[in-house]
Amino acid sequence: MYQTTYHRASSVDEAASLFGKGSEAKYLSGGQTLLPVMKQRLASPSDVIDLAKIKELIGVEAAGDTLTIKAATPHYDVATSAAAKQAIPALAYLASLIGDPAVRYRGTIGGSLANNDPAADYPAATLALGATIKTNKRTIGADDYFKGLFTTALEDGEIITAVSFPVPAKAGYAKFPHPASRFALTGVFVAKTKSGDVRVAVTGASQSGVMRVAALENALKANWSASAVDSVSIPSSGLLSDLHGSSDYRANLIKVMAGRAVTAAG
Amino acid sequence: MSTVKLTVNGKAVSVDVEDRTLLSNLLRDNLNLTGTHVGCDTSQCGACVVHIDGRAVKSCTVLAGQANGSSITTIEGLAKGDELHPMQAAFRDNHGLQCGFCTPGMIMSAVDIVHRYGGQLDEATVRHELEGNICRCTGYHNIVKAVLDAAGRMKVSQAAE
Ligand SMILES: Cc1cc2nc3c(=O)[nH]c(=O)nc-3n(C[C@H](O)[C@H](O)[C@H](O)COP(=O)(O)OP(=O)(O)OC[C@H]3O[C@@H](n4cnc5c(N)ncnc54)[C@H](O)[C@@H]3O)c2cc1C
Ligand code: FES
Ligand code: FES
Repeated sequence: MYQTTYHRASSVDEAASLFGKGSEAKYLSGGQTLLPVMKQRLASPSDVIDLAKIKELIGVEAAGDTLTIKAATPHYDVATSAAAKQAIPALAYLASLIGDPAVRYRGTIGGSLANNDPAADYPAATLALGATIKTNKRTIGADDYFKGLFTTALEDGEIITAVSFPVPAKAGYAKFPHPASRFALTGVFVAKTKSGDVRVAVTGASQSGVMRVAALENALKANWSASAVDSVSIPSSGLLSDLHGSSDYRANLIKVMAGRAVTAAG
Repeated sequence: MSTVKLTVNGKAVSVDVEDRTLLSNLLRDNLNLTGTHVGCDTSQCGACVVHIDGRAVKSCTVLAGQANGSSITTIEGLAKGDELHPMQAAFRDNHGLQCGFCTPGMIMSAVDIVHRYGGQLDEATVRHELEGNICRCTGYHNIVKAVLDAAGRMKVSQAAE
């Protein structure tokens, strides 16, 4: 790892001002993505600004029809949160599948969404549930937030502070994990909103990151059942093809995982 | 350079380290606690697992500065004098190690698993929860046996306390 200067911020404002002072600063939350990348010398920030101890960034809260997860809340705390399990069990379940226990103790939702790995889990829930990403500057709807591989609507220095999920009528997640990395080879999150709309988001499969699949949404809107996905055809164009799975294989996985996610949602 | 203050295995320590220092380096190089192993540079193997404030995490993926002010338990902190921790004893009795390289991390993760699940552990849960710890030797079978054995022993010793 190259030299860097570590700062522990005690508030969001302090973090933003420290960021402004560094020549090439980066925020550090759980460190489960940034530190491996720094160890490989693929990133060399002049300053790392630790967000993980900022009290206003930690916690899970349910109020009315909204579940809010603050940005520096570790995956483990979401997976075991009584509020999350009650409001959106599929979201708590998704958090319980991320990486391994040691990763879940430290990795955070803010870090995951800022990083936007094309095989990460949280982007699928965020997009399918139509969540709102809150930052220190504005709020961004999920449909406007994800901009492709490792790319988001965040501006330089902008801090995610929380993610607000509307509580759906039904939701389910099914993930086919890569057996070594635990990331999603394909993961599908299905949600039926309280107004009857259906949203389906797929991670791990597309060359351009997390995506919605209109054909699945229409089929499930007409008939909310696992068998409804059987007749949907998923084109393999635009899907990832690598040594872990061809694009045809992933196209099939999207259907299989969508069916399982609907079954899980009930 | 920064001064990092920690409680390590019950003792207060204060160390001056470069800001890029990982907790695993601080433990091994500054404190000579070489029981914490480093088996990969991709944060995947789990040989380096220690407890920070009671949570089993990969010490190779935590900056020393992030741990400042925390309480750390390493593999060296488990035994009480000559008396092995029940998890250590169960690994020995069940032949849960061969070369021993993964063992400190396995044991630190396993103690955390038992703390979280108490008596609710079964084989499938142990296998799932050990996903972040890689062993090149044993085929995991005896490791899983050891963890289940220790879960019983730890329940008994907690009840006795
Ligand atoms: C072995 C292993 C397995 C994993 N498996 C999975 C998996 O199965 N599924 C999955 O989804 N993920 C997986 N991950 C990734 C893990 O979930 C990470 O924790 C997560 O992607 C990043 O979160 P973090 O808090 O660790 O972020 P960090 O590593 O601290 O930061 C990541 C990036 O986000 C930026 N950032 C962090 N917080 C904020 C914020 N609040 N506002 C703005 N920018 C911010 C940082 O500057 C950095 O660029 C795995 C990681 C490891 C090491
Ligand atoms: S050395 Fe820490 S995970 Fe491999
Ligand atoms: S005993 Fe050799 S790596 Fe596990």
